[in-house]
Amino acid sequence: MKLNFKQLLAVLALISFGGSMSASELVINTDTSDPAPKKAFEDLIEGFKAENPGIEVTWNLFDHEGYKTSIRNFLTADAPDVANWYAGNRMLPYVNAGLFEPVEDLWESEGLNESLKSALPSMTIDGHIWGVPYTYYQWGVYYRKDIFEDLGIAVPTNWDEFKQAGATLIDKGITPITIGTKYLWTAAGVFDYINLRTNGYDFHMALTRGEIPWTDERVRATMANWQELVDAGFFIENHAAYAWQEALAPMVNGEAAMYVMGNFSVALFREAGLTDDQLGFFQFPTITAGIPVAEEAPTDTVHIPANAKNKENARKFLAYIARADVQTQINATLGQLPINSGSEVADDKFLTAGFEMLSNADGGIAQFFDRDAPAEMAEAGMQGFQEFMVKPERLDDILDRLEKVRQRVYQ
Amino acid sequence: MRLFGLSQRTLAPWLFLAPGVFVFLIYVILPIFQSINISFYEWDGLGERTYIGLQNYVELADDEAFYTSLKNNVIWLILYLLAIPAGLFIALFLNQNVWGIRLYKSLFFFPFVISQVVVGLVFSWFYDPTNGLMNILLNVLGFDSIPVLADERYVTYGIIVAGLWPQTAYCMILYLTGLNAVNPEQIEAGRLDNAKGWKMLWYVVLPQLKPATFISIVVTVIGALRSFDLVSIMTKGGPWGSSRVLGYYMYEKAFSEYGFRMGYGAAIAVVLFLIMIVYISYFLYKMYRDEKGY
Repeated sequence: MKLNFKQLLAVLALISFGGSMSASELVINTDTSDPAPKKAFEDLIEGFKAENPGIEVTWNLFDHEGYKTSIRNFLTADAPDVANWYAGNRMLPYVNAGLFEPVEDLWESEGLNESLKSALPSMTIDGHIWGVPYTYYQWGVYYRKDIFEDLGIAVPTNWDEFKQAGATLIDKGITPITIGTKYLWTAAGVFDYINLRTNGYDFHMALTRGEIPWTDERVRATMANWQELVDAGFFIENHAAYAWQEALAPMVNGEAAMYVMGNFSVALFREAGLTDDQLGFFQFPTITAGIPVAEEAPTDTVHIPANAKNKENARKFLAYIARADVQTQINATLGQLPINSGSEVADDKFLTAGFEMLSNADGGIAQFFDRDAPAEMAEAGMQGFQEFMVKPERLDDILDRLEKVRQRVYQ
Repeated sequence: MRLFGLSQRTLAPWLFLAPGVFVFLIYVILPIFQSINISFYEWDGLGERTYIGLQNYVELADDEAFYTSLKNNVIWLILYLLAIPAGLFIALFLNQNVWGIRLYKSLFFFPFVISQVVVGLVFSWFYDPTNGLMNILLNVLGFDSIPVLADERYVTYGIIVAGLWPQTAYCMILYLTGLNAVNPEQIEAGRLDNAKGWKMLWYVVLPQLKPATFISIVVTVIGALRSFDLVSIMTKGGPWGSSRVLGYYMYEKAFSEYGFRMGYGAAIAVVLFLIMIVYISYFLYKMYRDEKGY
């Protein structure tokens, strides 16, 4: 019933990149299958080839979702020289299994400790640096500026204003927040923000590290704030039936006015016909006053697998992707923010707003619930959040269940 | 020609069977034992395996999600059998000679030909709470929309209905071939004895369709137990895991984005395997007994 995937993949890998074993090769595996990331990597690889004519580059493009399972196989069976992945706890299993190569030598020789300093904590595990970050993007509230202006709603900066804005929208028959929780992670974005604003960065990170019980009063405070929104009818009905892209529709049609999302949604909003006059962005409002403001900004990274064959070339590629001018260019295509402090942020109102916001995030920068928490906790948590958003009365059951998972996962 | 004292006649069938047996051993029999073995370990598929004895099963016994999946599997098993009478009646209905009947038969068989993934997508759109055909119809008739796939009460039934569509077609084709073999003389004889309608069906036609019924039940039961693709496509086991079945739960624990607990996944697989083997052997035994007539 079960194929031995490792063996199968080894064979496939041999066929696909075992062809010519010349001295200077570079095999890159990426999951950048969506249009913008695909274009960005095409340009990136072309640029690298132009500067390194001696290196023959093979690029294997994987489907975005499929990559998440295939990476485990190709890292063990027949590793490429470079693979992309995510920072934080998402890379922990591979670091622990010894499948990624530490690259602090590269950070030293290329001066990355300075230029990529902001991402250093999320790249470090056990005192080693495990890859090079090349992009990140802000999360926050994307909203229908025109609807807000029509109804005379000012951009909310604190929790009361936020609830008030929602109440005004509901009066006019507009659902305040659209969301599609079919694939769960969107609900985690909402949880992350309410928790960061209610209890602060340090508490949030301690919670995702498993140091705090889910039944803690402070978690309940977060959930109580969330429940205010649920009870007031802030979220669209039947959100569990929609994927996040499907949930864009109500906002594009003007039936909903806000979306707690990452900046990658902007491209889709624009494609769906919203102009920059209609679409706006604001920082998630303050809940507990006085807490240092923390934001959510997931970082995407490239790594050298421990079993790579051409590590010299891989290091050249990592050095290339870390460079200021290269990060400027790749992020302009991606519509995201460069990590390198010498890079320029593309001329786009969402990117400049996001950059401004993240530069002032004194509290800290969280990766995302499923990158900060270990996989199993993340899955149980996100399922709990989805259930809570539909059945808030089950809160106690949900928290008990999460606590049970926590005690097993972090033992 | 004789080899090892065996005649060509005894040897030949085994030689012809050998490739099949070999593949069956490697891809079916061996993995069963591998799964059982892995279920005693804690293993993420990458690092070292740690032997933990029955720990995975102990955890399984205290896992709400496991019982939800098990319950759903039972619902699947029972309701999926509806495909058999449905298939039989469509087959009876289509078993006539009118112009273009071949076309109608092919159209009825169509859902079985298209991929389960497509069936899942089509039904997801059908159930869509805002733009789906079902809810537009409900609204026209004055009812509220029902978000079938987002409501834990309906979700499993919604998926089963989607599954019944191709499964009914499958049973139908089995019965259609079966009906070709029905002896017209017996029908004639029945008619002379004044058998009509239901009586004719029950006492004359159905007994002759027994082989078709047998195959239908077997493929339907197996289809119900391995119901994975529709769950994966339509809901990913959601909302909050309420539409999971054992097959999907195993996949989720062992191979999905947040899973990679191979030992735990294997334990679920073993339980599923036991259910299948018990159910099927009981069924085969019953069939065998009926066949012998006591």
